[in-house]
Amino acid sequence: MGYTLMILGLVVLLPLAALVLRASGTGLGGIWSVATDPRVGSALRISFGTSFLAALVSTTFGSVVAWVLSRYDFPGRRLVDAAVDLPFALPTAVAGIALASLYAPNGLIGSMLSRIGIEVAYTPVGILIAMIFIGLPFAVRTVQPLILELDREIEEASATLGASRWHTISRIVLPPLIPAVLTGFALAFARGVGEYGSIIFIAGNLPYVSEIAPLLIVIKLSEFDYAGAAAIASIMLVISFATLLLINLIQAWSRRRFGHV
Amino acid sequence: MHAATDRIGASTAIQVADVSKTFDTAAVLHQLSLDVQAGELLALLGPSGSGKTTLLRIIAGLDHPDSGRIIFGGEDATGLPVQQRAVGFVFQHYALFKHLTVADNIAYGLNARERKRRPPKAEIKNRVGNLLDLVKLSGFASRYPSQLSGGQRQRVALARALAVEPRVLLLDEPFGALDAQVRKDLRRWLREIHDRTGQTTIFVTHDQDEALELSDRVAVLDKGRLQQVGTPDEVQEQPVSPTVLKFLGDAVEVSAVARDGGVEVNGRATPVQAPANSGRDLKLYVRPWQIRLTRPDDAHFVAIVQSSYRTQGRQRIEVEGPDRKPFVVESPDSVRFSVGEPVGLEIIGGYPFDAALR
Amino acid sequence: MSDRVVNAGLQPSVTPVRPPASVVTEQRGVRWLLIAIAIVFLALFLLLPLLTVIVEAFSKGLGAYAAALTEPDAVAALRLTLTVAAIAVPFNLVFGVVAAWAIAKFEFRGKNLLITLIDLPFSVSPVVSGLIYVLVFGTQGLLGPWLIDHNIQIIFAVPGIVLATIFVTFPFVARQLIPLMQEQGTLEEEAALTLGASGWHAFWTVTLPNIRWGLFYSVLLCNARAMGEFGAVSVVSGHIRGLTNTIPLHVEILYNEYNFVASFAVASLLAGLALVTLVIKSVLEWRYSADIAAGARRH
Repeated sequence: MGYTLMILGLVVLLPLAALVLRASGTGLGGIWSVATDPRVGSALRISFGTSFLAALVSTTFGSVVAWVLSRYDFPGRRLVDAAVDLPFALPTAVAGIALASLYAPNGLIGSMLSRIGIEVAYTPVGILIAMIFIGLPFAVRTVQPLILELDREIEEASATLGASRWHTISRIVLPPLIPAVLTGFALAFARGVGEYGSIIFIAGNLPYVSEIAPLLIVIKLSEFDYAGAAAIASIMLVISFATLLLINLIQAWSRRRFGHV
Repeated sequence: MHAATDRIGASTAIQVADVSKTFDTAAVLHQLSLDVQAGELLALLGPSGSGKTTLLRIIAGLDHPDSGRIIFGGEDATGLPVQQRAVGFVFQHYALFKHLTVADNIAYGLNARERKRRPPKAEIKNRVGNLLDLVKLSGFASRYPSQLSGGQRQRVALARALAVEPRVLLLDEPFGALDAQVRKDLRRWLREIHDRTGQTTIFVTHDQDEALELSDRVAVLDKGRLQQVGTPDEVQEQPVSPTVLKFLGDAVEVSAVARDGGVEVNGRATPVQAPANSGRDLKLYVRPWQIRLTRPDDAHFVAIVQSSYRTQGRQRIEVEGPDRKPFVVESPDSVRFSVGEPVGLEIIGGYPFDAALR
Repeated sequence: MSDRVVNAGLQPSVTPVRPPASVVTEQRGVRWLLIAIAIVFLALFLLLPLLTVIVEAFSKGLGAYAAALTEPDAVAALRLTLTVAAIAVPFNLVFGVVAAWAIAKFEFRGKNLLITLIDLPFSVSPVVSGLIYVLVFGTQGLLGPWLIDHNIQIIFAVPGIVLATIFVTFPFVARQLIPLMQEQGTLEEEAALTLGASGWHAFWTVTLPNIRWGLFYSVLLCNARAMGEFGAVSVVSGHIRGLTNTIPLHVEILYNEYNFVASFAVASLLAGLALVTLVIKSVLEWRYSADIAAGARRH
């Protein structure tokens, strides 16, 4: 017990305290002036906005993937199932250079897209793609176990009552999955906001266009502007904590609402 | 098809015709045929693995037969999807929609209809109210399933199935997940509801008492074949096979011979009549209450007392017969027996079958 | 069979009627469409990047590939990465087991807070993870002046890289083991204790065998992350070639120098590690699904 707390204190709490201390040293006014700096504001907007979009895409397709993997049998299902975890296991820098070279104007996909006038690399679209990559497993793995746990008899009951398959899906199957989908969304979103390695290669990092907040922290640090870095970090932390809190609330709510029968 | 309809007559609600079903490689139903009369309460009785639930699911359209037909009121429904069969299905584990209130659960089938066929909101509300009254859950409309007891959940499931005014109500081991007292109450109550609504009902059970107490007719299934269909009295008094007989209650198997139209055990006559067209060698199946304790001199055979206990004014004595198999006999609670004591047993009734018959 | 109606008008169908689509699944067309969407999406977003790494790594042939891996800076990076993992992984293994044990088997106040804190590194940006160590140990940091006085360097040196790696891989073992241990409850250990086993003995003979696959799996993930961590390490390392460059950082430097072949060659090592991790994970899940499933829901 004591050991656990001591290690936790040393590894997690002490550094966090330093962050809070440093950020509070600049005062709320200091944080506010950093947050309202146009370049910081733009980076935060890009990080959070793009991450939201990416989480939306990840969740949508992730739910389809989760459904397909848990409900249908097809050749190679096991392989596809294993592949979903790739972004967990593949180091972000590796993913980053791979995505960058794929979507570069002379890359395999990038060249095809640029022919129809879509530029991915060095634009927010590139950031979006990297964030989708990173968020996908969260979206799939939070929903998948719930689909597996769904009771088929419930769907049969709906069918015997005359409901069409679509009616059954939309009224009976999906509602209990919503909390998990939201949780997956929040996790993918939080992960996207903080992501660094897989984004910086493909993003091009143009200030006001494709510069993300974590990169700005790195830039501030390299300029030895510790206060500025700490201020951006605390803004991000506050938002991330809020997301975490939201996840817990969603889960508590879903347990109450869909408590086991 | 019309000729068929005429011959079945208006009273046949459902006809199962030569239905076979195989899962993977194991045959579950063998060319099974069964008629269900309109308005009757029919029990499908059988041990686990007898195919009774599969048969019920095939009637509902949840499973599909490999061959054979399901006919609803003279109309071939074999290819009809479950949604269009208008059956009410009650699952053993209720299968309620957890995220919907009791009222929404009951109204589900009506709300699921396409707009043209959907009753107006007020009528749905009205019908839900009536059904809640019927299942005695009037105050529970806005509860969620997780807030109900098992018995209450099963009543909601029944109301939900009745709401769509099904042609037939199908219940799969409806009381299987409930404890003994609730189960008893619900049985009586299901019978009442059936008597009041006249709804054609088929229910699956492995519990003989439940089947015999509740149903108008019992269909006994074993290993995917229909053994016998009849009223509870018929199947009990004239079981067609030892299988049916044994499944309907405890019985002792005794070797016997047919002589002059009667049945003899160990050279001593019994009050039992020999079956027609049987050979000389018989098996006589004797229920516990068809055996009387007697002096060894007058006995058909002698057995050794293993144990005894008293219950509700009767004494139940476990004895070991000549073939070393233990069985139970009943006697009035007046005489005491000690373990190891030999007792004479007199057969006063029983069901004889040709020894070759299984 | 007394009630059986033999009916000549209705012949039993000899050929089976075509069954309607199964009740609890979608129409065949819908099913294949969804499968196709899932596979195309995954191929595009997951498989293609992985293939790119391999193709690019070998685009100039085996010789260039081997040269990139045997170059001194690459070897130094490899050595550093292995060193860091060799410190961070055992550390988190011990901590994870102890923490999971404490959380799963004992009741105490603030347990949920503790779990949240253990989870924290998952939800913090890797860059922020690195930053907080700079703020503590950096030259302008909390302990900075003291460290300079005593001539200890943590940031822009190996200790900082180890600390940042420990931080980001902190939750893996504990997170995996807590649900596993909770599921087992304390009954078996109590049984062992009543039979006279010491607490330590009970742990080795009862608790550990029960969690071994989950533990193995979590160490595997922890290791993959430790070797592959980029953001946090990047912030604290200082990018000194041959000294504080780990493999992922080396990949970045090579890429930014437009030395793509070498970059992808070094990256292919990490991709290989990821693949091995995934394969072992899948095999474990397949064979010991019950052991793994409880903990695999959150990473």
